[in-house]
Parts: sequence; structure tokens; C-alpha cells
Amino acid sequence: MFKIAKYISLDIIKSKVIIAYTLLLAAICVSIFMADEDVTKGLVSITTVMLIIVPLVSVVYATTYYFNASEFTELLVSQPISRKNILMGKYLGISAAILGAFLLGVGVPVLLFALSVTGLTLILTGSLLTLCFISLAFLSSVLMRDKAKGIGLALMMWFYCSIIFDGLVLVFLFAFSDYPLEKVLIAITAFNPIDLARILILLQLDIAALMGYTGALYQQFFGSGIGIAFTLIMLMVWFLLPLWASLRIFKKKDL
Amino acid sequence: MEDIIQIKQLQKSFGKLQVLKQVDCNFSRGGIVGVLGPNAAGKTTLIKSILGMVIPDGGEILFDGKSIANSFEYKKNIGYMPQIGRYPDNMKIGDLFDMMKDLRGVYEHLDTDLIAAYGLDAMYNKAMHTLSGGTRQKVSAALAFLFNPPVLILDEPTAGLDPLSAEILKDKILQEKAKGKLILITSHILNEVDELADKVMYLLDGNIKFYKTLADLKAETGEQRLGKALTKILS
Amino acid sequence: MFNNSLYLRVLLMLFIGSMHAQTFAKTIIVAPNTKVNSLKIAIALASNGDTILVKKGTYASHNTIVNKQVTIIGEGMPVLDAQFKEEVLTIKADHVKLDGFVIQNSKVGDLRDYAGIRIFQARNTTISNNQLKNNFFGIYISDSHQVKIINNTLTGTAQERKAGNGIQGWKSDSIEVARNHVSGHRDGIYFEFVQHSKVYQNVSENNLRYGLHFMFSNDNSFINNKFTTNQAGIAVMYSKRIKMLHNQFNENWGSSIYGLLLKEILDSHIEGNIFYKNTSAIFMESCNRNKIIKNSFLNNGWAIRILSNCEDNQFSINNFKGNSFDVTTNGELLENKFSNNYWDKYEGYDLNKDGKGDVPYRPISLYAQIIERVPQSVILMRSFIVNLLDKVERSIPSITPLSVKDDSPQMKPWKILSK
Repeated sequence: MFKIAKYISLDIIKSKVIIAYTLLLAAICVSIFMADEDVTKGLVSITTVMLIIVPLVSVVYATTYYFNASEFTELLVSQPISRKNILMGKYLGISAAILGAFLLGVGVPVLLFALSVTGLTLILTGSLLTLCFISLAFLSSVLMRDKAKGIGLALMMWFYCSIIFDGLVLVFLFAFSDYPLEKVLIAITAFNPIDLARILILLQLDIAALMGYTGALYQQFFGSGIGIAFTLIMLMVWFLLPLWASLRIFKKKDL
Repeated sequence: MEDIIQIKQLQKSFGKLQVLKQVDCNFSRGGIVGVLGPNAAGKTTLIKSILGMVIPDGGEILFDGKSIANSFEYKKNIGYMPQIGRYPDNMKIGDLFDMMKDLRGVYEHLDTDLIAAYGLDAMYNKAMHTLSGGTRQKVSAALAFLFNPPVLILDEPTAGLDPLSAEILKDKILQEKAKGKLILITSHILNEVDELADKVMYLLDGNIKFYKTLADLKAETGEQRLGKALTKILS
Repeated sequence: MFNNSLYLRVLLMLFIGSMHAQTFAKTIIVAPNTKVNSLKIAIALASNGDTILVKKGTYASHNTIVNKQVTIIGEGMPVLDAQFKEEVLTIKADHVKLDGFVIQNSKVGDLRDYAGIRIFQARNTTISNNQLKNNFFGIYISDSHQVKIINNTLTGTAQERKAGNGIQGWKSDSIEVARNHVSGHRDGIYFEFVQHSKVYQNVSENNLRYGLHFMFSNDNSFINNKFTTNQAGIAVMYSKRIKMLHNQFNENWGSSIYGLLLKEILDSHIEGNIFYKNTSAIFMESCNRNKIIKNSFLNNGWAIRILSNCEDNQFSINNFKGNSFDVTTNGELLENKFSNNYWDKYEGYDLNKDGKGDVPYRPISLYAQIIERVPQSVILMRSFIVNLLDKVERSIPSITPLSVKDDSPQMKPWKILSK
């Protein structure tokens, strides 16, 4: 498993896409930090950008790579290696490379310019988000036989998490604005890893506290130990559950 | 001779399409079996079933007397050459061989005849994505033989190779047969099977139409060439 | 002759007058273990114009009444302690000066507002350089004129039910409150019916309710004060012609907390203040004809929340930076003018290079209006969809009030307030 992971990540880090991704992230972070002396504001801007780019690149790149390496996967399956080790090896390899890109591109600038609890939270959630979307990419890859369909599904997942879901939440809020929805909303956010990540970071930034009664209420939950644990656990679920599902499917999949 | 691979009532469908209907056959050690049949007859599915790449819907496959379901250890004994070999793009040839050794955990008693014969060792520093289809086939072939396995499964082995390289491969196949190995070959090139095979299996619509020695086939039909014999027996 | 004799008479009177002062103005010393061992005894002995010098020590003082025109000076910060039984001191005479005391432990009352120092119907009073600790109310000024409260430190009990206001003014005129530090009280500084007064260079922080709170108090000015982390921020109401200049309103945040709440404030001037990290920097209700200029709004939740019953207010030359929302309102805003402000969210361009953006800035974002209607939607803050909606709304406004716009947004922040 680790051997496969090693070879795959060594293969990926030589690819231009991953280098471009690293440089893009680094360029965004550094320019944001350079443009504004206010570090907190910089972190907010980075969060906004990160919440769009990181899931998108993770899910699309992982799906593409999965399909491009499908013949290689066949070769591996013909070797005396268990399917579990093959899939997990691939997962480890791909996520190590993408995560490495994220840590270099975002982690290093954040540590240099904004070493704080907030900065570390941003790095942690960004990493978890990367893993979540690689898991989702794997799920979509094992569900689909065809590369185009696989990438299509992966994009749909991203689209759902970053736009559609929040749109539905907004509609829901307007429809039921007369009811006390705070607790329901907390539960609802668990269904979207991007929302979880966003809230976790924003609460570190005190912004919720500045947002009046409702904001304070959310902070009371998400800012508490239980709330942080809840958010992190849900993010872990978002990363482990699709991975577990794709492993089950992959074990029975015809190649 | 002892049967190393036994296939019992193997069934496989892809959606509504029944690719293997009810396949029963045994392959014994030593000898070359040519698996023939028209497109979509189930040749590749049969091979992939043996390799555990396709999970059968029914029936079972025994390797050395043991079921291969949920097992992968038996693949140590198989060398496989796929129809189209694709490898990680940025990997170099040398790295690929090293990786396969690493993955299998085997570093000794390697058969590097083909690497030498194809001059692959001189190209160790070339990345896979720079290679032509033919060169990649050579790499695939060299990999299949590298670990000296008792069973070789070759899917259209000479398809992308130039005639000279194809000859080298055929010589190698015969050499290995002489060592008592089982070699399964699918091919569209009947001459090749004619040259190499001891037995011929003919698949049609997911069933074995016939499975007999080349000599028997020729004797039955009274033809000297496989192509003619096939036409005769199938008509 | 007649002229001459008048001249002599006046001279004589002046001479006698000064003789009188020199002869009878005395200094009375209060010290422990002497005959005069309390302020009360000293006051009983004193005449108008006398000085009472209190030596270092701790003196019980159960509502000592200062009813003579005396100067009371503490040497080495003597302590006047009411032992939670009464007020500490009440000043009822004019021309009293009190300097250099620790004044502590007034009674806590539900019906009466017990104070450390009460100034009642007095004129020309000066309270300076004292430390007031643990009193229910700190300094309570009522029906008085020309009172100066200078350089005192007031520390309240910081307990919800036992905290009164720090410096309270009631029905008074021409009060000067300067360089004091108030904390742990209910309201740091509270004025009701106080006119023509000046409050400057004070720090009011960590109070249980408002840092500054006033109502029905016209023509006052508040300059260079600092109001930080008060539990309900600052609230000022029902007053006219107020000047609030160069104050800092910092970190007054939490639910329903305002950096500066303005209710029925008319014809006032709010200039050069810094609002940093408040939930709502300024909240305005029924306020008319005010000028809000040259202020900095930095990192607030809402910079300005203005209800639609406000008219004729002018917002100019302010800096808006890092606020989650710049402006929100609950309806159509009429006759309020935004001009020449710097908005960090402005994305326009300046082709003619005059330093002003060529397209107007609309400070009310769609999402801000959504939150105004459905507060729970704060959970979608900074999400992609919200950014998207805001971008669309800014280019094709359809829901946000059209009247609210700055036609001359600055391209660069004003330099007023890098403090």
C-alpha cells in the first residue's frame, strides 16, 4: 500500500498541473498577505478563495488521475496485491501529492505571515477538505466506468457542495423564517463539508460574534469544544465514508 | 498432467449482455493454449476472470486447487501481458521495472532476457509517456516474463510489435514452454497460434465451441493450416 | 474732596477684607489618634474658605456632609470608607475642592442610589485625583453647575446587581469630566438633563452596561474619549446639538450591542472617531440632520445600520475598511447623503484620475439585506453563493435600495485615522 502510494505521489509531483496548483495557491496567498497588512482580513480572503479552489481542484484532479491511471490499476490488479491495498495506495498517493501542494501553497505562506490559531485552523480545515474531496472523487470514479461521466459526477458533487446546497439553505431560510431554525441549521450544515469548513474557520475569526444575536448563538455552539469536535468529526466522516464506500465498490468492480 | 487452472461453470454478464454463459475447462502445466474466437466472444473476460480483474457472477476458478475468490497471492504465479499497456506517465522505464520488483518484493531469479533482447536497458531513463505503442508493448512483455512465473497470460502479445520483435517474443514463448510453463495466448493472428499453440480453445457467444489439441483439430478436419481447419469446423 | 473720601473708603474696605481673609482662613489638619480624627469634626470646625488637610490613614466616613466652602486635600491617599453603611461624602456647598482620596465601599441600595461622592445643588466644585473603589455609584452630580471631575479612577463592583453608574450627571449644567478612568460600573458615564458640558480624554471600559449613556442632554461635547469592551456599548438618546469628536469605540461586541447607538439625536456632529471591531459601529434610529464625517469604521460587523426613519444625515469622508457589512437599512432611505467616503469593497475604476471612482458605490449589499430580514442566514456568510448574489446585485441592482449610494467614492483611504 505505501509502496504504491509512494510511486503514485512521486509520479504526480512531477506533473505540471500539480506544480501549477501549488504556485497558484502560493501566489494567491502571498499577494493577499502583501496587499493588506491586516492579517485577519487576509485570512478571510484566503478562506473565501480556498473554499472554492481547493475542493474543485482536488475533486477534478483526483478523478482525472484515477481514470488516467486505470490501465495502471489493471496492471496492479494482475499483480499479487490485494485490491484494498491498491485503492488505499492510490488514495494515499494522490492525497499526499495534492495535500502537499496545499500545504506548500497555503500552509507555508499562512505560517509565515499569519501564525495563529486561526491560521492553523485554516490549514487543518483546508487539509481535511482536500481529503474529503479526494474521497468524493474516488467515489465518483468507482461508480462510473467512463472518464467523462466520472469527471461530470465529480463536478456535480463540487457544484452541489459549493453552490446548490447553500442556495437551498437560503430558500429554506426564507420559507421558514418565522421558526427558530438555529439548531436545525447546525444539523443541516453537517451535510456539506464546505459549509463545515467555512464555519469552523469563520468562528475562529470572531466574525460570528460581530454578527449579532444569531451569530453569537452559532458561535456558542460551533465555538465550543463540542461544536469544534462536531465539525471536525463531521469533516472526518465526509472523508472516511465516501472512501469506505468506494473501497467496497472497488473490491467488486470489474476492470 | 496436473491441472493448474480449473474453471467450473463460469458465468459473467455485463448488464444484459451475457459474456460467459457456462464455461468449464482446465488448463494443465506445460503447453501453450491459444484462445480464439470472434470479437466479443468472451476471450478477454475469461482471461480477466482468471486474473481476478473481473469478478464472476457464478461458478468458480481454482488455481492450484484453491479458489481464487478474494485471494491475490496466487497471482505471484502469473505473468500477464495486457493488450495495451499504460503506465504512470512521468515514470521512467527503469523506475517501472524497479517498482514492479519492489511491489512484488522479488529481486532475484529474474528473467531479463527480453529486456536485453529489446534493448530496454538502454532506455531506462526514458519516461513512459514518450514511448511509442510498440515500445510500451515490449515493456509489457518484458514485465510479464520478468518474475519467471509458471503461468503466462498474454493478451494479443504481438499486436503492436514489429515483425522482428514479434519473432523474439515468439522464441521466448517457446523457450518458456520448454521449461514446462503454461502459456495462455489470445490472438487474432491465426498463423501465430498455428506456430505456437499445442491446444486451441474456441469461444463463441460465451460458450466453448471446442477445446482440443491442434493436432487433433487438424486431423479431424484434414487440414494442414489452422485457418482452413477453423473455417471447416465452424461452417 | 468727595471723590477723595470715596477713594479712601474703598481702600479701607479692601484692606479690612484682606485682613479678614488672612486672619480667619485657616488650615485644619485631620490625622488618626488626634483630637481631629475625622473629616466630619474638621468640617464642623471649619469656616468658608478654610483648607482641610487629611493625613494618611483610614477614616470611617458615613455620609460626611460638606456644607461649607472648603478645600479638602488628602496627603498620601487617605482612605474614606463608608463600610457599606451609607454614602461616603455629600457635597452641598459651593466652591468645594476634593483632591487625593481613596473613597470606598458605599452602601448598595435598591431604592436609593448611594454614591461615593454626591454633589448636590452645588456650584464650582472640583473633584480631582481620587480613587473611587467598590462604590455603588461613583460620583453622582445633581442639580449642580460648573462641576469639574478630573483625573479620578473609578472602579465599580463589577457585579450585576451591585453596580451603579460611574459618573452620573442629573439636571446639571456646565460639567467638565476629564481624564477619568471608569470600569466595572453599570454605565461608565451617564447623563440625564445635563447641558453645556464637556467630556474629554476619559477611558470608560469593561462596564456592565454602557460605556457612555445619555439622554435629554443637549449641547454637550465628547472629545478624545476611549470606550472599550463595554457589555452594551454606547447608547445616546433624545438629545440635540451633540459633538462627538475623536473618540474611540472599540470591541463593543456581542448580541444586540452597539459601538454607538443613536436614537433621536438631532443636529449633531460625529467627527474623527474610530470604530473598531464593534458588532454594529453606529446604529441610528429617528436621527435627523447629523453630520458623520471623517470617521474610521474598521473591522466591524455592521459599520452603519440606519433605520428608514432617519433623514437628512450626511456621511462624508469616512473610511470603511474590513467591515462585514458597510450599510444596512430596513427600507427605503431618503435624504441621507453618502459622499466622498472610502469603501474598501469598492471595485470601480478611476479613468480621469481625480481620485474618485467613476461609478457610484452602493454600500448596501444584497446579503446584508437578507440578513436584516432573516438573521439566521448569517450561517451562509462568506459562502460562494452569497458572494455570487452580491456581485450580481451590485451590477444589476434590483432589491437593494437605489437611493443609497456614494457618487464619489474615494479610490484611496483618507489619511485621517491611521491611529
